[in-house]
Amino acid sequence: MRALIEELCGVFGPSGDEALIRELISQHLTGLVDEIRTDRLGNLIAVRRPTAGNGDGKRIMLAAHMDEIGVMVTHVDAQGFCRFTTIGGVLTNTLIGSRVQFANGVEGAFGMEGSPLSRERPTPQKLFLDVGASARENAAVQIGDTAVFRSSFGAVGDRLFAANLDDRIGCAVLIQTLRELESSPHEILAVFTVQEEVGTRGAATAGYGLEPEVVLAIDVTATGDFPEATPMEVALGKGPAIKIMDRRMIVHPKVRGWLENAAKTNDIPYQLEVLELGTTDASAVQISRAGVPAGTVSIPCRYIHTPSQVADLNDARQAVSLLAYALGGEFA
Amino acid sequence: MDELLEKLSIARGVAGQEGEVRAILREALSEHVDELSVDSIGNLIARKKGSDANENQRVMLAAHMDEVGGIVMRANSDGTLKFRSVGGLDPRILPGKRVRIGKEEMPGVIMRAPHAARSGRRVMPISDLLIDTGGARGIEPGDMITFESSYEEYGALLKGKSFDDRVGCYLLVELLRGVYPCELVGVFTVQEEIGLRGAGVAAYAVEPDAAVALEGTVADDLPRQQDISPTTELGKGPAISVMDRSAHADRRLVRILAETAAAHDIPWQFKQPGVGGTDVGTIHLARGGVPAVAVAVPCRYIHTPAALMDPADVKNTIRLMSNALSGPLGRPLRAEWSEE
Amino acid sequence: MTRDRQPPETDSFSLLKDLSETPGVSGQEEGIRDCVSVHLAPLVDDLRTDTLGNLTGHKRGMNPCGNKVMLAAHMDEIGLIVTRLEQGFLRFAPVGGVDLGALPAQEVTVHGRTDLPGLIASRPPHVLTPQERENPFSKAELFIDVGLSADALAESVSVGDFISVRQSAAELGNGQATGKALDNRVSVVVLLQALRLLQQRRHAWDIYGVVTVQEEIGLRGAVTATFHTAPDVGIALDVTYAEQPGASAEEAMPMGGGPAIGLGPNLHPVLRELLVNTAERTEIPYTNEVLPGNSGTDAWAMQVSRSGVPTALISVPVRNMHTPAETVALKDIERSARLLAETICALPDDMSALALDRNG
Repeated sequence: MRALIEELCGVFGPSGDEALIRELISQHLTGLVDEIRTDRLGNLIAVRRPTAGNGDGKRIMLAAHMDEIGVMVTHVDAQGFCRFTTIGGVLTNTLIGSRVQFANGVEGAFGMEGSPLSRERPTPQKLFLDVGASARENAAVQIGDTAVFRSSFGAVGDRLFAANLDDRIGCAVLIQTLRELESSPHEILAVFTVQEEVGTRGAATAGYGLEPEVVLAIDVTATGDFPEATPMEVALGKGPAIKIMDRRMIVHPKVRGWLENAAKTNDIPYQLEVLELGTTDASAVQISRAGVPAGTVSIPCRYIHTPSQVADLNDARQAVSLLAYALGGEFA
Repeated sequence: MDELLEKLSIARGVAGQEGEVRAILREALSEHVDELSVDSIGNLIARKKGSDANENQRVMLAAHMDEVGGIVMRANSDGTLKFRSVGGLDPRILPGKRVRIGKEEMPGVIMRAPHAARSGRRVMPISDLLIDTGGARGIEPGDMITFESSYEEYGALLKGKSFDDRVGCYLLVELLRGVYPCELVGVFTVQEEIGLRGAGVAAYAVEPDAAVALEGTVADDLPRQQDISPTTELGKGPAISVMDRSAHADRRLVRILAETAAAHDIPWQFKQPGVGGTDVGTIHLARGGVPAVAVAVPCRYIHTPAALMDPADVKNTIRLMSNALSGPLGRPLRAEWSEE
Repeated sequence: MTRDRQPPETDSFSLLKDLSETPGVSGQEEGIRDCVSVHLAPLVDDLRTDTLGNLTGHKRGMNPCGNKVMLAAHMDEIGLIVTRLEQGFLRFAPVGGVDLGALPAQEVTVHGRTDLPGLIASRPPHVLTPQERENPFSKAELFIDVGLSADALAESVSVGDFISVRQSAAELGNGQATGKALDNRVSVVVLLQALRLLQQRRHAWDIYGVVTVQEEIGLRGAVTATFHTAPDVGIALDVTYAEQPGASAEEAMPMGGGPAIGLGPNLHPVLRELLVNTAERTEIPYTNEVLPGNSGTDAWAMQVSRSGVPTALISVPVRNMHTPAETVALKDIERSARLLAETICALPDDMSALALDRNG
């Protein structure tokens, strides 16, 4: 599974530009599902029909988002420097010193107007991208091109380091769940969504189109386990987190109970999560049409939306076990 | 440039009170479309069948009728009014402006204390500003407040209020006069300025296969020291949005428009990504999703009483859109998603 | 959950007291839903709870025209949720727009394995520096104390348990009442009293009285309930700011001045006219509430459901909004209920009577 996470983290896919990552995930799904298609916004939808039970299973949508935060070029100046805007919740104080990569392989380094010794907090207006050009005419990028943050994939023991564990680790958990889930009474709608980072847009339309009876997002969550963190119980290495509430949504008690039971029955460690900032695809599907019982299985992750995110491989593995056990049984 | 554009610019209509604009459009369209209707929120929906009976493609074009303005909160006994903005008014440009209030178009001025009495350089929030009507009768809470401004030529440019988005309404009327292979549904939307409210319900009802929002958008092309984006520039043709705060454009539609422009030698420009939002924001999320893009005429000084635009950009936007509708925009999008 | 109950009292204060004192933080509305059900059931033909927990009472009309009016009054209240257990104390986060300034030293109920009394702990001024005393408490300084040891606390309370404000309802002078969660239990009473008035009246339209959930965290219940109900007309019932020192004069409504009828882009002008005409005809005092944009009520969600719903808003003025000391004039509740009932009886058989631009 580590190799899968690393492979997914290596592929380009900012919000709105998910073609490459969609192609890769689509290859991994071959043979795992009965049907695979792409919808009008670009969500990749993989369907596995029920393989057990007597037809009393549910239509369960599992959503992991393919897109990642990034930047888009807004202007190329006469000297070939690029001004940019952010895509998704980019933390501007992390930009200086980080590197981006365009779809065509061009690298970008961030520079800031003025003296490098200035203590000023960077704002996007003061920053620019150096894409190795010497003039507008020879810049290899143009207005509207997008780039993603990249740092080499790293690991120390089971702790993984990458710029986009949010949410490629969730995509890996979903693929691995489809591999390990032997039989299920449910119709599984595995959706690799687009444009989550700009407002759970892909999940909103996929949820409408698919009309699931239950929805689970698989996404990362923040932790409270580093110095002066916002007080919260979630920590790395203590198992997947079962969400109770985030900024936009309160999890349906039945969904939470279903997941907690699966964890308890099968001795899977888990944590309960109350997240004060952020949300997941489940919040959009929850209010689709007449409403859908919604929950989220979270993989704890430190430093989300920075170019160096840290998660624990065991949490991801146990998230797979939790999902496989829950989906293998009744929804109750 | 055109009598209809002048009428649309002068017409008054803040979000929720678009009736006057709707009436002008109804009259202008009655001869040219197959069906006209108004929905519960106030969108005017014009349907026009395609020339090709075998073509199932339905394209929705949207332009919003509402303009930024104000609303009367309370009429004080001394003849002054408390008000709030409806949509994004910039408080810095308000003091000293002439406005028109309510259905009767009563004149008023936004008050400004005499120079000597002011201290500091603080921007007065709108909640602290007052309108003086001299005690005119018949003004009630809820009455709309709009800028007073004439429509005229400034050199080679056009000046008027509310080009955002009456120029879009004008473009849409002009386009609805044509005939295209696809079914065309023109939606004159309401309440764009307070959250893209009308467009979402219209897209739900229309269920288009593709959609284009027609806009008047920010041009920030004043002289400046720094080499940074002007957002859009007057005279350089229609501005196509790749991404703004409300939506990512469908990349296939962006390419269709760029290729159409190239094929017909029409100038065009990208709008600076990340700036503003359009009706595409709610249209593209309707039901199971709608491929959509925004195309705009660049306008200087939008959201003020006096915007400027270049009539050549208006003409080129019409050319681009009518050629696209007669060509690839009027046909189903390729199903595959890969860029090539 | 079953509740052992006497036949409920039906005067407005008794209803308000029962509803106000029953906890129902957004996302955990079971208790308040049961309480509302007891009062709503005798007034409607059938009652159902949907996926998110909205409670809908359906009262059939006389006419087979099939038109549906949806009334929406949210039952959820703002509250708190446990984020962490720390040395025998609880850390918490707000659920909805909690006014932190009214929290220190407030008693609460922690809905753990059982309901536990607790309070918002705050350090006394005696031990603070002069600078610290100047500033309001920040959330990082606030804990909840339920008087249990760390071990006993971990037995009874878990991360994710909800916390509600603990405050009884009481009658004040001049026909006013006070309590917590008057936002929006006041409107639930309006809904109940209107349905009670309609028991004796003929009305053509089918009524869907929806007591919604999760309004305080983003109108979430109203979004799904309106989609499901697909009404021809929507009327939202909520509270608004009453006049009081510190409130902006042009945004506050007089206490005891009757229902505030919403006016602005969120509300359908012809439907609003029907409410105003009804109030004039039946001599119910009312005020106009100008709302320049988002009304912040279920009306905002109802108006844009599916292909659009003509929507109106009736609000009852409340002082000290989003604190445990909300107050209301009881006669405003009764007048709002009368206005609502009379308006429902006046809804036209033909929807074209509600079309915009009727005069051209």
